[in-house]
Amino acid sequence: MWEYTDKVREHFFNPRNVGEVENPDGVGEVGSLACGDALKLTFKLDKNGKITDAKFKTFGCASAIATSSVLTEIIKGMTLEQAAKVTNKDIADYLGGLPEQKMHCSVMGREALEAAIANYKTGGSKKHQLQGKVVCNCFGVTESEIERVIQENDLTSVDEVTNYCKAGGGCGGCKGEIEKIIERIQGDKVKEKFKTPPVKQKKLTNIQKIQLIQETINEQIRPALRAHGGNIELIDIEGNKVIVAFRGMCAQCKLTEFTMKDVVEAKLREFVSNELYVEEDVDSAAQPHEHKG
Amino acid sequence: MPTIYFDNNATTKVADEVFEEIKPYFTELYGNPSSMHNFGGQVGIKIRDAREKVAKLLGCEPAEVIFTGCGTESDNTAIMGTLYARPERRKIITSRVEHPAVLATCRQLEGRGYTLIEIGVDSQGRIDFEQLEKEINDETAIVTIMWANNETGVIFPIERIARLCRSKDVTFHTDAVQAVGKIPINLSKSDIDLLSISGHKLHAPKGIGVLYVRKGTRLTPFMQGGHQEGGRRAGTENVPGIIGLGKAAELAMNNFEEENNKVKRLRDKLENGILKSCPDCRINGDTKNRLPNTTNISFEYIEGEAILLMLDKFGICASSGSACTSGALEPSHVLRAMGVPFTAAHGSIRFSLSRYNTEEQVDLTIEKMPAIINRLRELSPFVAK
Repeated sequence: MWEYTDKVREHFFNPRNVGEVENPDGVGEVGSLACGDALKLTFKLDKNGKITDAKFKTFGCASAIATSSVLTEIIKGMTLEQAAKVTNKDIADYLGGLPEQKMHCSVMGREALEAAIANYKTGGSKKHQLQGKVVCNCFGVTESEIERVIQENDLTSVDEVTNYCKAGGGCGGCKGEIEKIIERIQGDKVKEKFKTPPVKQKKLTNIQKIQLIQETINEQIRPALRAHGGNIELIDIEGNKVIVAFRGMCAQCKLTEFTMKDVVEAKLREFVSNELYVEEDVDSAAQPHEHKG
Repeated sequence: MPTIYFDNNATTKVADEVFEEIKPYFTELYGNPSSMHNFGGQVGIKIRDAREKVAKLLGCEPAEVIFTGCGTESDNTAIMGTLYARPERRKIITSRVEHPAVLATCRQLEGRGYTLIEIGVDSQGRIDFEQLEKEINDETAIVTIMWANNETGVIFPIERIARLCRSKDVTFHTDAVQAVGKIPINLSKSDIDLLSISGHKLHAPKGIGVLYVRKGTRLTPFMQGGHQEGGRRAGTENVPGIIGLGKAAELAMNNFEEENNKVKRLRDKLENGILKSCPDCRINGDTKNRLPNTTNISFEYIEGEAILLMLDKFGICASSGSACTSGALEPSHVLRAMGVPFTAAHGSIRFSLSRYNTEEQVDLTIEKMPAIINRLRELSPFVAK
């Protein structure tokens, strides 16, 4: 059960301005069925350039609907210059706050507004398009969008970014990139928060080394592969040679651009020992295995 | 506003008879059954009675019943205990639609030197028996597959799977948390080695579970400590929980026909009523092999949480396959494994009934449903005017 404020509940049960404005001056559509929520915002301007009417249609949870409803209330009477300055935080504050995991609803509201304004400015010719580099392919979130939620909401962790704009919430493959964007924007603020990787031990016994290799594969390597429908198995360790096998890797997987062997080797060197090198178990890899997509 | 509780696969009301039975064990008869004095010892006798009642419901020997802390503990014990007992075997087989108590346990083990195979299901939620047959080999330590699915109610051919495992000398565990009390079970005539039960799914309190361990099954204890439960599960007994589960098992036996007739009739009425009055909805799961109390319905173009909140306003409690959080691209691992399209998976609602539901409750829900669905569809940009 989500802890929604009375205002969220009120706007969910009695949403204002449902529907579509006739002959709208601006139309903004964001989200999709696959993403789990979507919003279509339409508005009409008066002769002074102020928003006289705004309506919405939303597919999504209670907070997505409530957010859309208050968005139409907030922007009515505003000029486009004023409306362009509305942030997702303004929308969330208007509702008395949203649960952290639902903050992306407020961002969706602001994005729809932005798209509608762009649509008006281009004379209705331009539909909402992703601008710039796409970081999260699962949800189609761009670098500039991620930068913006970080700045406007003072975010310092990947989980927060996911809560605010969904980026990183699908396969998780872009988490590393999001982390770099956070670091770039927040600088020192974020460095204190980061955990330092486990200190490399000077001399490992064989048993310690084997355990550490297994742990590193479990905690550092497998989760990323798993998110892409793949997997890794530790076959054997001979001295500094680590023999692994890769399973069920998706052909369209982004990670295949790199040599998997190199990625694994780099991680193992970082966390265990500089002297390790990785080899793929050819016999095992040649065995047919079912692709469980 | 009275509560209309259609979320019995999540948890159930403690039966009045159960509550009456266990009250004294909080206030007066609080002794430890392991104690030498009669004050504690008399409690031990009640535990024996409870064990017999559970054994009767399952059709097994009382000695094959181990009381645990919950269904999740039973699942963890079955899987880990088997792997400890058969260290030479490194392969685990489960299904893609298991409860997290099984799935998360297996996936964690995958990182500890075990190979994990997750068997898929078809669009009706039926298990791929052929794939299972192919995967079982002499490296397999355990096959763990649920008896009935918590989200869709689909029943798997557990007896057949158990026979297959027995013929290959592989330990077979089934999470029967949703099945016990709802479908006939007779373990004396089956090849099942291990089976999990949860008390609070059959009108006993929360915090009590059972692991059935067939005589002769190799299993290393999971909880270490005292000698309780014949040394197979350490920890002081949850006396009220055990006695309550005993009573609940007895009631489940006595009410078995009722579960299968009255509850099924109400479920069918609810399901048909909703399907008739709401356009663009579909049932998820194999309706021919399904628990009598469960229905999972997808409403296209709208989102589950919004439906639940609207229902909640009328005191109607149900649950949704979709957990609309930022990180949840996948609405429900069960529905996605079945290949239910996103248009339908986000708007899935599970109604799960019990013998405490009434005709009036079903009628009221059927009456309220169309307006809720229409209302949300009016809001949805995916529905044409």
